[in-house]
Amino acid sequence: MKIVIINYGAGNIKSIQFAFKRLGYDAILSNNPEEIEAADKVIFPGVGEASSAMSMLRTSGLDTLIPTLKQPVLGICLGMQLMCNSSEEGNTIGLGIFNTEVKRFNNTVKVPQMGWNTITNLKTDLFNGVKNREFMYCVHSFYAENCNQSIAVTNYGLDYASALQRDNFYGVQFHPEKSSTAGEQLLKNFIELK
Amino acid sequence: MLTKRIIPCLDIKNGRTVKGVNFVNLRDAGDPVELAKQYAVKGADELVFLDISATLEGRKTMIDMVLQVAEQVNIPFTVGGGISSVEDVDVLLKSGADKVSINSSAVKRPELINELANKFGSQCVVVAIDAKQIDSEWKVHLAGGSIPTNLDLFEWAKEVEQRGAGEILFTSMNNDGTKNGFANEALAKLSETLNIPIIASGGAGTVQHFVDTFKEGKADAALAASVFHFGEIAIKDLKEELRDNNIEVRL
Repeated sequence: MKIVIINYGAGNIKSIQFAFKRLGYDAILSNNPEEIEAADKVIFPGVGEASSAMSMLRTSGLDTLIPTLKQPVLGICLGMQLMCNSSEEGNTIGLGIFNTEVKRFNNTVKVPQMGWNTITNLKTDLFNGVKNREFMYCVHSFYAENCNQSIAVTNYGLDYASALQRDNFYGVQFHPEKSSTAGEQLLKNFIELK
Repeated sequence: MLTKRIIPCLDIKNGRTVKGVNFVNLRDAGDPVELAKQYAVKGADELVFLDISATLEGRKTMIDMVLQVAEQVNIPFTVGGGISSVEDVDVLLKSGADKVSINSSAVKRPELINELANKFGSQCVVVAIDAKQIDSEWKVHLAGGSIPTNLDLFEWAKEVEQRGAGEILFTSMNNDGTKNGFANEALAKLSETLNIPIIASGGAGTVQHFVDTFKEGKADAALAASVFHFGEIAIKDLKEELRDNNIEVRL
């Protein structure tokens, strides 16, 4: 099993690597297109600001590579947001993998959302063994609008897509690598996806 | 629904927890990594590690500890103490810390908050504020509370938010160590005037104090040290009691 975490300069990817290590897998950090294409599973992480993360992807040519990948790909947090059509953050055009838009929470709630929230309406094998209303750790100011590609929904002032899926592409808004045993179960499920 | 967070805080000196910890089933109560793992299992929502090492050697040991915690613990954690530059933060985040907490260095040079928020994102920037109420005014204090300033707590908190902090950790020096409850009036005012999460700190003694700080103090999270370290309050019992008081928690 070759797991590659795309390393394009956005965010704390060590935690994701450590989470896989706890599960018994050595995940590799790479920005090399050949290495990414040859992986069995690809993690697309991201923390920080959308437009600068997107420009880092463009610089390395990863913006054209990622949508063509055939193996299971998991976007995490900003990674998932960049897989959407667009983001209000820095007026960013996304990779267009998920047919939805990323918007900022309005100020009826505290922004960023920070802490543990529940996920519901769970779909796909990504959530095998994860119970409805399980808690996941969230840290974000922007959210993906709920749509027909949602495979998990969370409420924070409104219902938003806390996980998305299209074909071999998956995305989660929360941080499975920081979400205790439930998060580890999700990462394990991802590794086991065909 | 987003839940209220319970955050144990560990003081670290030269890679070891200080102030002592009295946990059963712990091989080494001084080992922060062991302790962090225990807290994660017991239901803590996050952890805060405060580095009180005064030496360069102690600082290096701290980075080692951060790496080990990130490797072995599956909940988020914040590191504070002795952080005064973008470089300091870069090292900690690269070692696996989820957030950093800055205090005196932000007062001395407020631009640091902007720099950190721009480079690493607001979500990982916690600004800790120690304040003391003197003649009905809340004044910010520095260096672990030893140096008073003329800064007003609420004005400073507003500036901190505007500069891009993702969260505020407010410690009331009047309450800290008293075990008489949190400074709920000031907390509620912070929570109502700002739009970022507020962590209550200082004064935890009983389960009821936590209920009060979430209800009256409108805090988003509550931090405590000794009541957890000495097993006076078990996190699971605390959370069950909070739930019974209609406060949303992760159980």
